[in-house]
Amino acid sequence: MEIFDYAPAPESRSIVTIRPAYDLFIDGEFTEAKSDERIVTLNPADEEPLSEVAAASDADVDRAFAAARRAFERVWSPLPGAERGKYLFRIARIIQERARELAVLESLDNGKPIKETRDIDLPLVAAHFFYHAGWADKLAHAGVGPSPRPLGVAAQVIPWNFPLLMLAWKVAPALATGNTVVLKPAETTPLTALAFAEICQEAELPPGVVNIVTGAGGTGRAVVAHPDADKVAFTGSTGVGKEIARAVAGTSKRLTLELGGKGANIVYDDAAVDQAVEGIVSGIFFNQGHVCCAGSRLLVQESIAEELLTRLRARIERLRLGDPLDKNTDIGAINSAAQLARIRELAAAGEAEGASGWSPACPIPERGYWFPPTVFTGVTQAHRIAREEIFGPVLSVLTFRTPEEAVAKANNTQYGLSAGVWTEKGSRMLWTASRLRAGVVWSNTFNVFDPASPFGGYKESGYGREGGRHGLEAYLG
Amino acid sequence: MADRTPSAPARVAVRRTYKLYLGGAFPRSESGRSYPVTSSRGVHLANAALASRKDVRDAVVAARKAFPGWSGRTACNRGQILYRIAEMMEGRRAQFAGEVAAAQGMSEARAQGVVSAAIDRWVYYAGWADKLGQVLGAANPVSGPYFNHSQPEPTGVAGILAPAGSPLLGLVAVLAPVITAGNTAVLVAGERAPLPAVTLAEALATSDLPGGVVNVLTGRLSELAPPLAGHADVNALDLAGAGELAGELEELAAGTLKRVVRPGLHDDWSAADPGVARIRPFVETKTVWHPMGV
Amino acid sequence: MPDTLPSGSLRACLHGLPGVDEVGVRRRAADLATRSIKTTAKRQAIDLAIRMVDLTTLEGADTPGKVRALAAKAMRPDPADPTAPAVAAICVYPDMIPVAAPVLAGSGVGLASVATGFPAGRTSLEVKLADTRTAVAAGATEIDMVIDRGAFLAGDYRKVFDEIAAVKECCGPAHLKVILETGELVTYDNVRRASWLALHAGADFIKTSTGKVAPAATLPVTLVMLEAVRDYHAAGGRQAGVKPAGGIRTTKDAIRYLVLVKEVAGESWLDPARFRLGASTLLNDLLMQRTKLGTGHYAGPDYYTLD
Repeated sequence: MEIFDYAPAPESRSIVTIRPAYDLFIDGEFTEAKSDERIVTLNPADEEPLSEVAAASDADVDRAFAAARRAFERVWSPLPGAERGKYLFRIARIIQERARELAVLESLDNGKPIKETRDIDLPLVAAHFFYHAGWADKLAHAGVGPSPRPLGVAAQVIPWNFPLLMLAWKVAPALATGNTVVLKPAETTPLTALAFAEICQEAELPPGVVNIVTGAGGTGRAVVAHPDADKVAFTGSTGVGKEIARAVAGTSKRLTLELGGKGANIVYDDAAVDQAVEGIVSGIFFNQGHVCCAGSRLLVQESIAEELLTRLRARIERLRLGDPLDKNTDIGAINSAAQLARIRELAAAGEAEGASGWSPACPIPERGYWFPPTVFTGVTQAHRIAREEIFGPVLSVLTFRTPEEAVAKANNTQYGLSAGVWTEKGSRMLWTASRLRAGVVWSNTFNVFDPASPFGGYKESGYGREGGRHGLEAYLG
Repeated sequence: MADRTPSAPARVAVRRTYKLYLGGAFPRSESGRSYPVTSSRGVHLANAALASRKDVRDAVVAARKAFPGWSGRTACNRGQILYRIAEMMEGRRAQFAGEVAAAQGMSEARAQGVVSAAIDRWVYYAGWADKLGQVLGAANPVSGPYFNHSQPEPTGVAGILAPAGSPLLGLVAVLAPVITAGNTAVLVAGERAPLPAVTLAEALATSDLPGGVVNVLTGRLSELAPPLAGHADVNALDLAGAGELAGELEELAAGTLKRVVRPGLHDDWSAADPGVARIRPFVETKTVWHPMGV
Repeated sequence: MPDTLPSGSLRACLHGLPGVDEVGVRRRAADLATRSIKTTAKRQAIDLAIRMVDLTTLEGADTPGKVRALAAKAMRPDPADPTAPAVAAICVYPDMIPVAAPVLAGSGVGLASVATGFPAGRTSLEVKLADTRTAVAAGATEIDMVIDRGAFLAGDYRKVFDEIAAVKECCGPAHLKVILETGELVTYDNVRRASWLALHAGADFIKTSTGKVAPAATLPVTLVMLEAVRDYHAAGGRQAGVKPAGGIRTTKDAIRYLVLVKEVAGESWLDPARFRLGASTLLNDLLMQRTKLGTGHYAGPDYYTLD
């Protein structure tokens, strides 16, 4: 007999109305695409279609850029910063008011647990607009010169892992600095971006300031390659990032890229071990590991490796995988069949190359895309699972003996987005952090975000920063 | 000659009582006194509380009590609350406009403009709350294996003498920067036109701003300013509305080395971007050193 | 074992425990507090929580009448519903043990006495031991002792250890709960050290608070203590229990503690033998929620007995 077992606690879907089909959002209105091509977006937790969206053609993208250019020249750049800011404050408030609806919609379209969309994604989205709203009339104090100017029209392409949050990271600074936007959401997660379009209408944002064109890779290429883009901002894979860098080479477009990662989470022998375990878990299993800054390589000091791993496994056994809308779900669905295939392929490579995989006994739903939390031990620097970004709930465990070795292994990667350092000794933390070649170093915590804090990578994790004072530079000339 | 025959009014208006704002409550002056407030044309508007030295003392106690909580909030949260103050003012726009028009002898349209500027001032400072540290703070490249970092921190309890000539916009322009940084305030409203300050207090009380962060006193400058300037538990003093008393008050403030802002500092209350000029005097810089080594 | 070690080694042993990061432990506790317990789970949780209650009265104004009424309520919390389980124990001052013992005799409800100069513990060891012996002799089946927080904060761990061990000896068959008074220890590092110290010295339970000091029980403090009993057990020690006490007033609070127990220590701690809730007003709220689940209507306080 179970004396106390959690009953299902599903968040209600009825708060969200999903239309059967969505048009493009151009010049303040939903308008039909010139192309007939439609994309069906699924709920990855049950593979049921949620809606279908247009695949914007080159002509549609042209219209979006024309609207953005017009809005930039006639309305948005002449508007005083304080008034621009007030639109952003409005948007922040509407997001706060509609937070639950947006959280449910995000969980449906993306597969991530409702407790994350509710407690992390949506509060950060609202905070991001609120923070940047305040910059709009203070750009002269941002440290980028006495009278910074907007660049013009920003072409923005965002990924599927944090759909609305990545939109906020792109749109909020662009608008605050006086730029207008053509944004393409990810093919598999367009719905919250389209809900955001409605929010722009509700806020009475002038038409053309934000334009949202849905589509797949072709639309994305048209957006970033558009001759009228003054600035390109992309978050996604390193492979596509390199393509974009080639495409803008030789033009006057400004470019920021936020790409892949293979973050090292270094645990020293004096760490606060229970909190380190929590940090390892949130480092790799937060958002099913669909996190570019995930702590996907655990570097643990050999003298405590066994103890730490015992505790880690016990903790992972408590994770609850299943219905993303259940308020007690810790691990939701993998976003797409393609991503699931990629995770499976790399996990198989881990086994084939001699590492040893472990997963807790956790029931997997019959329909939908799922991958259990997995820990690989016996991993070496040479293994693919130690070098390639898996973008899934798969942790590779390596050990080290000395701080120098920890830093050397942590830096031995093409990436440089994030890293973690766990120690109760402040000087060792600062020593380690100062030697890590990564854009974000978390100490005694992991995967925390704030609009005031710049985010971005070293090396092939991209360039440019998003968030904070530093993030404004990308949109100012 | 007008008809003086008495007639029964259809309805008798309910008049407002203008009280002090101390620790989140609206008491009368402990002295039991009030004074008549008139419009710029000399028409009686209302009686305002005539605060005493003891009210000053109570206000400082309330401000000190509120300081750990307010300064301990996240900067983002302070910003949200300041923005909420703007929202609350927008909801009382007509009331503010009427009081400003009466106090400053302005047309309704000009008074509306003043109210808009005052609301926008809160929005402006709402945005500063979580950027202050990024603009005033620094990582310092010291020689040696040390991490060295400087951050602004609020000074503590600030006494503010609101500017006499601008009873709403000037008041907001001196008050908002002080609490943006996490300080708490004892504000002495302009003696002649204190009503907008009391109405602002009522907006503050419904805005999520914790009680005691702002305490509003109305009364005689000459009675209230010296005990505030000499109070040992006040850390900073804004003399914007001190007038002829400024020198004497600065001398009193020197007794406990209060940070003093003299009259005349950036007193264009409608300037679009006053920056951190009125915040900087109310913050301390704290520098932290820490070794870096295995 | 530390009781054979010199004082310096006891200190080294306690200071060798891993640190607790305050921000991290608070975040974990807050995260677990978002667990949503509904329908059947809530019904299970409420009955389990009732069975874990140490129904408490620790007032200077306690009288025999008050204590007898409390004992009666402990055995049959809801006179209108005989399916409501009895609580685990009642908890009273030592002079009330002779009053309560005959009422509870044969009921299965435990009789806990605070002892050792509760709540401050500022008295001599002789008095503390006599306090304990008297309570046990009068029929107490459980002793809730307080540690010497002054000695702990002064670093005199040996003194704290020896006192607990001496009290344990006086308990005989009675179970010993050791109150750490975490509100006075302040840091989570101290809570972890005091927990291990008490476990090494023979505690059957470690308990957060007297209820006379704020803050009393909190989720993060209880989390750290649950980690201590879990790790002590995993290291080959007894499976000791944890008792948060003070400030737990609502069903929602109680369920959050059960979630902690389940996810931090594990299911085998979900038993009144290993987890208790020290509370007074909590019981009526649990009963009201229990009735609500049965009838579908919210209940009012007038429908539950005051004792």
